[in-house]
Amino acid sequence: MADTATETSPLDGRAGSRADSAVIVEHPHLGKIDLRGDPGDTAFVDAVAEAIGAAPPIVANTVATAGKNSILWLGPDEWLLVTPEGNQGQAEGALRTALEGQHVSIVDTTDARTTIRLHGANARNVLMKGCPLDLHPRAFGPGQCAQSILAKADVLIHQLDDAPTYDIHVLCSFSRYLWDWLADAAKEFS
Amino acid sequence: MFLIDCPYCGPRQQTEFHCHGEAHIARPKDPDAISDAEWADYLFNRSNTMGVFYERWVHNHGCRRWFNVARDTVSDRILAVYRVGEKRPKVTK
Repeated sequence: MADTATETSPLDGRAGSRADSAVIVEHPHLGKIDLRGDPGDTAFVDAVAEAIGAAPPIVANTVATAGKNSILWLGPDEWLLVTPEGNQGQAEGALRTALEGQHVSIVDTTDARTTIRLHGANARNVLMKGCPLDLHPRAFGPGQCAQSILAKADVLIHQLDDAPTYDIHVLCSFSRYLWDWLADAAKEFS
Repeated sequence: MFLIDCPYCGPRQQTEFHCHGEAHIARPKDPDAISDAEWADYLFNRSNTMGVFYERWVHNHGCRRWFNVARDTVSDRILAVYRVGEKRPKVTK
Protein backbone atom coordinates (compact mmCIF):
# COMPACT_ATOMS: atom_id res chain seq x y z
CA MET A 1 0.00 0.00 0.00
CA ALA A 2 1.29 3.39 -0.90
CA ASP A 3 2.16 5.77 1.89
CA THR A 4 -0.29 8.58 2.32
CA ALA A 5 1.27 12.00 2.57
CA THR A 6 0.03 13.97 5.54
CA GLU A 7 0.59 17.68 5.81
CA THR A 8 2.74 18.62 8.75
CA SER A 9 3.70 22.04 9.94
CA PRO A 10 7.21 23.01 11.05
CA LEU A 11 5.57 24.51 14.14
CA ASP A 12 3.63 21.42 15.24
CA GLY A 13 3.83 21.04 19.01
CA ARG A 14 5.62 24.32 19.58
CA ALA A 15 4.84 26.02 22.90
CA GLY A 16 3.16 29.39 22.41
CA SER A 17 3.21 32.74 24.14
CA ARG A 18 1.85 33.01 27.69
CA ALA A 19 0.97 36.68 27.29
CA ASP A 20 -2.76 37.29 26.82
CA SER A 21 -2.03 40.65 25.25
CA ALA A 22 0.27 39.17 22.58
CA VAL A 23 -0.98 35.75 21.52
CA ILE A 24 0.66 33.77 18.72
CA VAL A 25 -1.24 31.10 16.82
CA GLU A 26 -0.10 29.27 13.73
CA HIS A 27 -2.34 29.15 10.68
CA PRO A 28 -0.51 26.54 8.63
CA HIS A 29 -1.25 25.49 5.06
CA LEU A 30 -3.10 28.62 3.98
CA GLY A 31 -3.14 28.58 0.19
CA LYS A 32 -0.66 31.09 -1.25
CA ILE A 33 -0.36 31.84 -4.94
CA ASP A 34 2.21 34.24 -6.34
CA LEU A 35 0.73 36.20 -9.22
CA ARG A 36 2.52 38.50 -11.64
CA GLY A 37 1.07 40.58 -14.44
CA ASP A 38 0.68 44.10 -15.80
CA PRO A 39 -1.66 46.20 -13.60
CA GLY A 40 -1.96 48.74 -16.43
CA ASP A 41 -3.62 46.11 -18.61
CA THR A 42 -7.37 46.15 -17.96
CA ALA A 43 -7.72 42.64 -19.42
CA PHE A 44 -5.40 41.35 -16.69
CA VAL A 45 -7.10 43.27 -13.87
CA ASP A 46 -10.59 42.28 -15.01
CA ALA A 47 -9.65 38.62 -15.39
CA VAL A 48 -8.19 38.47 -11.86
CA ALA A 49 -11.28 40.20 -10.47
CA GLU A 50 -13.46 37.67 -12.25
CA ALA A 51 -11.49 34.68 -10.96
CA ILE A 52 -10.92 35.82 -7.38
CA GLY A 53 -13.64 38.38 -6.76
CA ALA A 54 -11.24 41.27 -6.20
CA ALA A 55 -8.93 43.17 -8.49
CA PRO A 56 -5.21 43.19 -7.60
CA PRO A 57 -4.52 46.32 -5.52
CA ILE A 58 -2.54 49.01 -7.36
CA VAL A 59 -1.69 51.09 -4.29
CA ALA A 60 1.55 49.91 -2.70
CA ASN A 61 1.39 47.97 0.56
CA THR A 62 -2.36 47.40 0.45
CA VAL A 63 -4.59 44.33 0.45
CA ALA A 64 -7.77 43.64 -1.52
CA THR A 65 -10.15 41.21 0.13
CA ALA A 66 -13.06 39.26 -1.32
CA GLY A 67 -14.73 36.73 0.96
CA LYS A 68 -11.97 34.46 2.25
CA ASN A 69 -9.50 35.49 -0.44
CA SER A 70 -6.96 38.26 0.07
CA ILE A 71 -4.65 39.70 -2.57
CA LEU A 72 -1.56 41.25 -1.01
CA TRP A 73 0.56 43.78 -2.89
CA LEU A 74 4.17 42.57 -3.16
CA GLY A 75 5.49 44.85 -5.89
CA PRO A 76 4.36 47.00 -8.82
CA ASP A 77 3.58 43.87 -10.86
CA GLU A 78 3.43 41.15 -8.22
CA TRP A 79 0.82 39.97 -5.70
CA LEU A 80 0.26 37.12 -3.28
CA LEU A 81 -3.17 35.55 -3.23
CA VAL A 82 -3.92 34.09 0.21
CA THR A 83 -6.80 31.64 0.17
CA PRO A 84 -8.17 29.12 2.70
CA GLU A 85 -6.38 25.82 3.29
CA GLY A 86 -6.99 23.37 0.49
CA ASN A 87 -8.46 25.97 -1.87
CA GLN A 88 -5.21 26.79 -3.69
CA GLY A 89 -5.76 24.24 -6.46
CA GLN A 90 -9.19 25.59 -7.26
CA ALA A 91 -7.96 29.21 -7.08
CA GLU A 92 -4.97 28.49 -9.30
CA GLY A 93 -7.23 26.77 -11.82
CA ALA A 94 -9.64 29.71 -11.84
CA LEU A 95 -6.75 32.14 -12.42
CA ARG A 96 -5.26 30.00 -15.20
CA THR A 97 -8.62 29.79 -16.96
CA ALA A 98 -9.35 33.50 -16.64
CA LEU A 99 -5.83 34.59 -17.66
CA GLU A 100 -5.29 32.12 -20.49
CA GLY A 101 -3.18 33.56 -23.27
CA GLN A 102 -2.00 36.52 -21.23
CA HIS A 103 1.62 37.28 -20.29
CA VAL A 104 1.39 36.40 -16.59
CA SER A 105 2.95 34.17 -13.97
CA ILE A 106 0.89 32.05 -11.56
CA VAL A 107 2.85 29.96 -9.08
CA ASP A 108 1.48 27.96 -6.15
CA THR A 109 3.81 28.79 -3.25
CA THR A 110 1.59 27.37 -0.50
CA ASP A 111 4.26 25.14 1.01
CA ALA A 112 7.03 27.74 0.99
CA ARG A 113 5.67 29.77 3.86
CA THR A 114 3.64 29.29 6.99
CA THR A 115 1.58 31.93 8.75
CA ILE A 116 1.85 33.06 12.36
CA ARG A 117 -1.05 35.14 13.63
CA LEU A 118 -0.11 37.60 16.34
CA HIS A 119 -2.88 39.47 18.13
CA GLY A 120 -3.63 41.34 21.31
CA ALA A 121 -3.18 44.78 22.82
CA ASN A 122 0.60 44.42 22.84
CA ALA A 123 0.96 42.77 19.43
CA ARG A 124 2.26 46.00 17.92
CA ASN A 125 4.80 46.42 20.71
CA VAL A 126 6.09 42.88 20.12
CA LEU A 127 6.55 43.54 16.39
CA MET A 128 8.23 46.87 17.01
CA LYS A 129 10.98 45.12 18.96
CA GLY A 130 12.34 43.52 15.79
CA CYS A 131 10.89 45.25 12.74
CA PRO A 132 12.06 48.50 11.11
CA LEU A 133 8.62 49.30 9.63
CA ASP A 134 6.69 52.29 10.91
CA LEU A 135 3.83 50.36 12.55
CA HIS A 136 2.14 53.39 14.12
CA PRO A 137 -1.61 53.38 13.27
CA ARG A 138 -1.16 56.60 11.25
CA ALA A 139 1.25 54.76 8.93
CA PHE A 140 0.17 51.12 9.01
CA GLY A 141 -3.38 49.93 9.66
CA PRO A 142 -5.90 47.23 8.79
CA GLY A 143 -5.87 46.29 5.13
CA GLN A 144 -2.20 47.08 4.73
CA CYS A 145 0.71 44.72 4.17
CA ALA A 146 4.46 45.07 3.85
CA GLN A 147 7.46 42.92 3.19
CA SER A 148 10.23 43.64 5.63
CA ILE A 149 12.52 42.11 8.21
CA LEU A 150 11.43 40.79 11.61
CA ALA A 151 14.30 39.79 13.87
CA LYS A 152 16.49 39.41 10.74
CA ALA A 153 14.00 37.05 9.05
CA ASP A 154 12.27 38.07 5.82
CA VAL A 155 8.55 38.38 6.49
CA LEU A 156 5.36 39.55 4.86
CA ILE A 157 3.20 41.30 7.47
CA HIS A 158 -0.52 41.85 6.93
CA GLN A 159 -2.57 43.79 9.48
CA LEU A 160 -6.10 42.39 9.72
CA ASP A 161 -7.81 44.60 12.32
CA ASP A 162 -7.35 47.17 15.06
CA ALA A 163 -6.94 44.64 17.91
CA PRO A 164 -4.32 44.69 16.43
CA THR A 165 -4.09 41.38 14.63
CA TYR A 166 -1.23 40.63 12.24
CA ASP A 167 -0.65 37.71 9.92
CA ILE A 168 3.07 37.13 9.57
CA HIS A 169 3.93 35.02 6.52
CA VAL A 170 7.39 33.55 6.95
CA LEU A 171 9.43 30.94 5.11
CA CYS A 172 8.96 27.53 6.78
CA SER A 173 12.70 27.22 7.31
CA PHE A 174 12.67 30.42 9.40
CA SER A 175 9.40 29.71 11.18
CA ARG A 176 10.68 27.90 14.28
CA TYR A 177 13.26 30.58 14.85
CA LEU A 178 10.70 33.35 14.38
CA TRP A 179 8.10 31.58 16.54
CA ASP A 180 10.58 31.24 19.40
CA TRP A 181 11.66 34.85 18.94
CA LEU A 182 8.02 36.03 19.10
CA ALA A 183 7.30 33.91 22.20
CA ASP A 184 10.36 35.39 23.86
CA ALA A 185 9.54 38.94 22.77
CA ALA A 186 6.01 38.56 24.21
CA LYS A 187 7.29 37.36 27.60
CA GLU A 188 7.52 40.82 29.11
CA PHE A 189 3.80 41.37 28.47
CA SER A 190 2.61 38.24 30.34
CA MET B 1 18.12 55.47 11.26
CA PHE B 2 18.86 56.00 7.57
CA LEU B 3 15.71 56.01 5.42
CA ILE B 4 15.66 55.27 1.70
CA ASP B 5 12.60 56.22 -0.30
CA CYS B 6 11.90 53.12 -2.38
CA PRO B 7 10.11 54.31 -5.55
CA TYR B 8 7.61 51.47 -5.12
CA CYS B 9 7.17 50.90 -1.35
CA GLY B 10 7.92 54.31 0.13
CA PRO B 11 10.41 55.16 2.88
CA ARG B 12 12.05 52.15 4.48
CA GLN B 13 15.07 51.53 6.68
CA GLN B 14 18.44 51.12 4.98
CA THR B 15 18.86 47.54 6.26
CA GLU B 16 16.13 46.40 3.84
CA PHE B 17 18.29 47.49 0.88
CA HIS B 18 21.56 46.64 -0.79
CA CYS B 19 23.74 48.91 -2.90
CA HIS B 20 25.18 47.44 -6.08
CA GLY B 21 27.57 50.08 -7.30
CA GLU B 22 27.67 52.65 -10.04
CA ALA B 23 24.64 53.06 -12.30
CA HIS B 24 24.37 53.89 -16.00
CA ILE B 25 27.22 51.68 -17.20
CA ALA B 26 26.27 50.49 -20.65
CA ARG B 27 27.40 47.09 -21.85
CA PRO B 28 29.48 47.43 -25.02
CA LYS B 29 27.23 46.71 -28.01
CA ASP B 30 29.77 44.49 -29.77
CA PRO B 31 32.12 42.86 -27.23
CA ASP B 32 34.06 41.03 -29.99
CA ALA B 33 35.07 44.31 -31.58
CA ILE B 34 36.78 45.84 -28.55
CA SER B 35 40.13 45.14 -26.96
CA ASP B 36 40.69 43.22 -23.73
CA ALA B 37 41.62 46.47 -22.04
CA GLU B 38 38.37 48.11 -23.07
CA TRP B 39 36.41 45.06 -21.92
CA ALA B 40 38.25 45.07 -18.59
CA ASP B 41 37.50 48.75 -18.25
CA TYR B 42 33.79 48.01 -18.71
CA LEU B 43 33.89 45.12 -16.23
CA PHE B 44 36.05 46.46 -13.46
CA ASN B 45 36.77 50.16 -13.55
CA ARG B 46 34.38 52.47 -11.78
CA SER B 47 34.57 56.15 -11.11
CA ASN B 48 35.34 56.89 -7.48
CA THR B 49 33.38 60.07 -7.27
CA MET B 50 33.66 62.51 -4.43
CA GLY B 51 30.32 64.28 -4.41
CA VAL B 52 27.20 63.36 -6.35
CA PHE B 53 27.29 59.69 -7.33
CA TYR B 54 24.65 57.74 -9.25
CA GLU B 55 24.28 54.15 -8.09
CA ARG B 56 22.03 51.09 -8.27
CA TRP B 57 20.13 49.85 -5.24
CA VAL B 58 17.83 46.89 -4.72
CA HIS B 59 15.06 46.66 -2.12
CA ASN B 60 15.91 43.03 -1.45
CA HIS B 61 13.97 42.57 1.79
CA GLY B 62 10.93 44.42 0.42
CA CYS B 63 9.57 44.50 -3.13
CA ARG B 64 12.87 43.11 -4.55
CA ARG B 65 12.90 45.78 -7.28
CA TRP B 66 15.98 47.59 -8.59
CA PHE B 67 16.16 51.37 -8.79
CA ASN B 68 18.71 54.16 -8.99
CA VAL B 69 19.85 56.60 -6.36
CA ALA B 70 21.82 59.87 -6.53
CA ARG B 71 23.88 60.08 -3.37
CA ASP B 72 26.41 62.57 -2.10
CA THR B 73 29.39 60.42 -1.17
CA VAL B 74 30.74 63.11 1.16
CA SER B 75 27.66 63.69 3.32
CA ASP B 76 26.04 60.29 2.54
CA ARG B 77 22.79 62.13 1.86
CA ILE B 78 20.45 60.67 -0.74
CA LEU B 79 19.56 63.47 -3.15
CA ALA B 80 17.21 61.68 -5.54
CA VAL B 81 15.63 58.28 -6.14
CA TYR B 82 14.45 57.24 -9.60
CA ARG B 83 13.34 54.12 -11.42
CA VAL B 84 15.39 52.05 -13.81
CA GLY B 85 14.87 53.42 -17.32
CA GLU B 86 14.34 56.98 -16.16
CA LYS B 87 16.90 59.64 -16.99
CA ARG B 88 19.27 60.60 -14.23
CA PRO B 89 17.93 63.72 -12.52
CA LYS B 90 20.07 66.82 -12.15
CA VAL B 91 20.74 67.29 -8.47
CA THR B 92 22.63 69.74 -6.34
CA LYS B 93 24.30 69.00 -3.07
